[in-house]
Amino acid sequence: MSETMSIFSPALSARFDALVAKYPVKRSALIPMLLYAQDEIGYLSDAVIAEVAERIGITELDVRNVATYYSMLRFKPAGKYNIQVCTNISCMLRGAYEVYERFQDELHIGHKGVTPDGTFSLEEVECIGACCWAPAIQVNYAFHDELTPNDVPKILSEYKAKANGSVKNA
Amino acid sequence: MPRLVSHPDEVKIVTKRFGMGAANIDKYIELGGYESLKKCIAEGPDWIINEMKASNLRGRGGAGFPTGLKWSFVPKQSAKPKYVLVNGDESEPATCKDHLIFLHDPHAVIEGTMIAGLAIGAKVGFIYLRGEYRYLLEIMEKAVADAYAKGVLGKNVLGSDFEFNVITQSGAGAYEVGEESALMESLEGKRGVPRIKPPFPAVVGLYGGPTVINNAETIATVPHVIAMGGAAYAAVGSERNGGTRLFGLSGHVERPGIYELPMGYNLKKMIYEVGGGVRGGRGLKAVVPGGSSTPVLLPEEIDIGMDFDQVGKAGSMLGSGGVVVIDDTTCMVEFALRTISFYQHESCGWCIPCREGTDWLKKSLTRFHAGFGTEKDIDNIAYLAQNMLGRTFCPLGDAAAMPTAAFVKKFRKEFEDHLNGKPCAFAKHMELAVV
Ligand SMILES: Cc1cc2nc3c(=O)[nH]c(=O)nc-3n(C[C@H](O)[C@H](O)[C@H](O)COP(=O)(O)O)c2cc1C
Ligand code: SF4
Ligand code: FES
Repeated sequence: MSETMSIFSPALSARFDALVAKYPVKRSALIPMLLYAQDEIGYLSDAVIAEVAERIGITELDVRNVATYYSMLRFKPAGKYNIQVCTNISCMLRGAYEVYERFQDELHIGHKGVTPDGTFSLEEVECIGACCWAPAIQVNYAFHDELTPNDVPKILSEYKAKANGSVKNA
Repeated sequence: MPRLVSHPDEVKIVTKRFGMGAANIDKYIELGGYESLKKCIAEGPDWIINEMKASNLRGRGGAGFPTGLKWSFVPKQSAKPKYVLVNGDESEPATCKDHLIFLHDPHAVIEGTMIAGLAIGAKVGFIYLRGEYRYLLEIMEKAVADAYAKGVLGKNVLGSDFEFNVITQSGAGAYEVGEESALMESLEGKRGVPRIKPPFPAVVGLYGGPTVINNAETIATVPHVIAMGGAAYAAVGSERNGGTRLFGLSGHVERPGIYELPMGYNLKKMIYEVGGGVRGGRGLKAVVPGGSSTPVLLPEEIDIGMDFDQVGKAGSMLGSGGVVVIDDTTCMVEFALRTISFYQHESCGWCIPCREGTDWLKKSLTRFHAGFGTEKDIDNIAYLAQNMLGRTFCPLGDAAAMPTAAFVKKFRKEFEDHLNGKPCAFAKHMELAVV
């Protein structure tokens, strides 16, 4: 696919060209492609679905059918920093709900809410594989572990500074 | 960064390179890495499978299937290409051991994959990581690129005529994809709905070719089995349960973390000595021994050896090795509700007993915990769970039903205490306990 036609950056476009060639069948690239597209565009917009479908050679309906299965894929924008608080058993026992409530209080948003300025969104999520370092959260892909509610303001101000400064989306 | 812990009772085999910078390929080689691969290239497939059988290594993904035996099921001749598939979906609540392996020793995963490939006659291996593990995927991808650059991967592995390639893959959030046939579907770019068995993956797997699927810890153990020799590895563990396991202590324990202990290590000792006991010196109420799908044990049931057979005899399962310690401030109804909420959320919806069963269990438990339960509910919850068992398309249905049945059976009194609108003695956040 020529770069001028793509909605993705030249770097991501090139990455996708390599990705579809790396498997025995093209379609194996579908799920990582959707995730990487979402990382760049923010969500799976109609344009993202259309271009991914074309690159793989399947219908848009087929892409949507697969995409709706996976919980990390979304069809609406999230905040620039998506805060995912694990409340599953190991985290729950060590105060995950208290951490989650503190995020709600600080951000004035609930599950899947986005702050009005678009900087943060909040999600209660299932186990993220950091149970021995509970309670744990992910901000986009970055892990923060062994948290207490009092760690919440500091985490938020760090990301706020990043959002305002020149630091790129982590 | 996940904290590393240590205890004198540990036997560090799989974790021995943790914290030593072994993600760097030169360091890995300096520490003896890729020597087992060399040995396997020289000795050949039959020898490898014999060593694996002798090791009594059993799958660390949950079911504990003997690894050598699994590999021996792959037909020698096949019209279609064969594959090795490494399961790094790691999504069973209370499980985070593969996380540390990818972080500290990614080349052990590559080396193990290559040895499995050599044993079954595959030229390609896939390493699938859950989508949340992006930083670990990047570590794995760098390790793979370094291995190609060093001539470890590629057409002529370490100068031999063995060819092997590794492809890394990211998931995008789905517990069910950890089930082996759903994993193959996902890798083929589809929804993670499981396949009917038979045929088993060893015969018809990925892209229709014979496929060996192993957990990431199982695969990372393989080079060590080869280095030590199968019999020596077996000798470390208990009867029919070779070697060590990466046990994950979490919950109300003083020193949570991943500890590598011999198979058969006493559970009580693990909690009180290795883990430093219950947090704040409180009383122990219950222990979930092997990830959230394994039936809960009472304090008087934990004087057992942690291997597949002994935990099975105690009425639970060793599962993924994630030990959850629960103290006497915990509401077991809430704990049961949080557990079933997960399985309800993750049910792929393909078969009715699981889709409807998990939904009804979650609804009943939510209502029950909120104080609107009736006497009849208690038996109904148990009845529902009992009727899911063995009636679902894949084991996720059992994984949801088994712990629920155990919670009701072993903590019936606590369920009864919730009756008649009585406020839960422990409740803090019942209205939130639903994702
Ligand atoms: C619902 C479900 C989820 C599973 N999740 C995982 C997982 O995240 N990681 C894993 O290694 N095995 C998981 N398994 C087990 C796999 O199906 C398979 O048995 C395992 O990967 C085989 O590897 P092993 O023989 O090395 O244990 C899961 C099974 C079920 C039924
Ligand atoms: S048991 Fe549950 S997860 Fe498995 S196929 Fe049925 S609905 Fe899907
Ligand atoms: S239970 Fe929270 S990370 Fe696993």
